[in-house]
Amino acid sequence: MKNKASVVIVGGGITGTSTAFSLAKRGVKDIVLIEREGLASGATGRCGAGIRQQWGTFQNCLLARESMKVFENFQEVLGTDIDIELKQKGYLLLAYSEKEMDQFRRNVEVQHQLDIPSRLVSCREAKEIVPFLNTEKMLGGAFCPTDGHANPFLATKAYAKAAERLGVEILMKTEVKAITVVNDRIKGVHTSQGFIETDKVVNAAGGWSAQIGEMAGLHLPVYSERHEILVTEPVNPIMDPMVMSFSYNIYCQQTPHGSFIMGYGPQNEPRGYNVNATWQFLETMARKAAWLLPPLKNMRIVRQWAGLYNMSPDRQPIVCESEIVKGFFMGIGFSGHGFMIAPAVGTLLADLITGSPLTWDVVLDLGRYDRHETIAEPSVV
Amino acid sequence: MNDDKTIVCRCEDIDIETIRKLIDQGVTSLEEIKRITRCGMGPCQGKTCGPVIAREIAMKTGQPMEEILSPRSRPPFGGVLFQEVLEGIDDEE
Ligand SMILES: Cc1cc2nc3c(=O)[nH]c(=O)nc-3n(C[C@H](O)[C@H](O)[C@H](O)COP(=O)(O)OP(=O)(O)OC[C@H]3O[C@@H](n4cnc5c(N)ncnc54)[C@H](O)[C@@H]3O)c2cc1C
Repeated sequence: MKNKASVVIVGGGITGTSTAFSLAKRGVKDIVLIEREGLASGATGRCGAGIRQQWGTFQNCLLARESMKVFENFQEVLGTDIDIELKQKGYLLLAYSEKEMDQFRRNVEVQHQLDIPSRLVSCREAKEIVPFLNTEKMLGGAFCPTDGHANPFLATKAYAKAAERLGVEILMKTEVKAITVVNDRIKGVHTSQGFIETDKVVNAAGGWSAQIGEMAGLHLPVYSERHEILVTEPVNPIMDPMVMSFSYNIYCQQTPHGSFIMGYGPQNEPRGYNVNATWQFLETMARKAAWLLPPLKNMRIVRQWAGLYNMSPDRQPIVCESEIVKGFFMGIGFSGHGFMIAPAVGTLLADLITGSPLTWDVVLDLGRYDRHETIAEPSVV
Repeated sequence: MNDDKTIVCRCEDIDIETIRKLIDQGVTSLEEIKRITRCGMGPCQGKTCGPVIAREIAMKTGQPMEEILSPRSRPPFGGVLFQEVLEGIDDEE
């Protein structure tokens, strides 16, 4: 292990590995990435793996679209032969009220400014896309054919391998225990394998990012919340898009591998690090899914698990350098959509760390909360 | 019979060669192999393939089998139909 590094990245999920790759690609040397367990062992390897560009704010549409461009050209951009199983069969969003339909109308207008090929759909059109969809109570929806899914384990592995090829040292089964800060500057990182001297740390610790903040004496405004999910055995392809509803509170997608993967946002979930799976989830999920997508009734659930959403005050990511501790960078608070925008986040963190102007004109800093400029994204689960 | 094409994971159709290649690349835990290949994620949840893969890892790394064999079993054990879950709820009501 190196005892000196130019940058130490904490966390081997999609955020940490994509940041390592972007930085190394710009020629930064002596980068070390530290992961307590294995690659994608946090939220990344537990997520729904959906990628959508149908957002309600310009900035989110931009981050998602730019990330999708990377997913679309992954092998070329990374110089890898790993196939991340990208599926672009769309996201079908369902509306159950006029208000929701109006929101989709406004969202689609924003999306069109960025050439995202989304459109509003009637119930009949929705049924053409998913013939067995139960459209009872539904008013219509929105659809973007280029949204989809990619395999998060393979995407993380590909980023890690590409970063290693460019000289990044990746230490697994190694835990960051403490961070040394002197005169509001980062001086080094204490790990379970020893001390690494550095003046830059990247907090990409997902659900545990608040703890990494505490190590540097920072109270980051994020907390973690369990979200459960389940998967069925693989069956023949019968459903093209991710089907999702904010008001009915569900998402469900058939992966390229054939299994159906689905979840919903919990009510009154306490803050914390609990990732146990529950019977309550299994029952509610079965009821919701069987009502909306009746053929699921005869499918076999093979696994259920849970992961942590890292929540921020406006349910939007925080990507910036701390204004208090120089050299402390973070990509945290993804609030349930950090996989799909990770390529863009890696680029932004590399901009910040190398002192370059941001590749895109976005506001994701911590200071936005003090300035009362929170991001008002209407379309989150 | 070509030994390398022997199927280790019947649920996901993974052969021993795929597993050996990964172990050679340094992927030497059941969790990591599961994440990359899906071995152990199917209906049997690793009950068949787990010990076989663990033995391969043990042969390559010299690690004891007991240390390698701590795969995580996920509920619901054995797999359950949505229909069965729903019937369960109705019975209670
Ligand atoms: C059920 C569920 C469904 C989701 N569905 C989607 C979806 O469909 N689309 C989408 O875009 N997003 C989805 N998300 C969100 C997405 O998974 C996360 O936003 C994203 O994976 C965050 O990646 P990350 O790399 O920042 O964090 P993580 O993947 O959590 O990685 C953080 C890593 O840091 C490591 N770590 C923590 N503390 C330390 C330490 N002290 N020392 C060393 N290492 C440490 C952990 O071991 C972990 O591997 C979902 C999340 C969940 C839980």
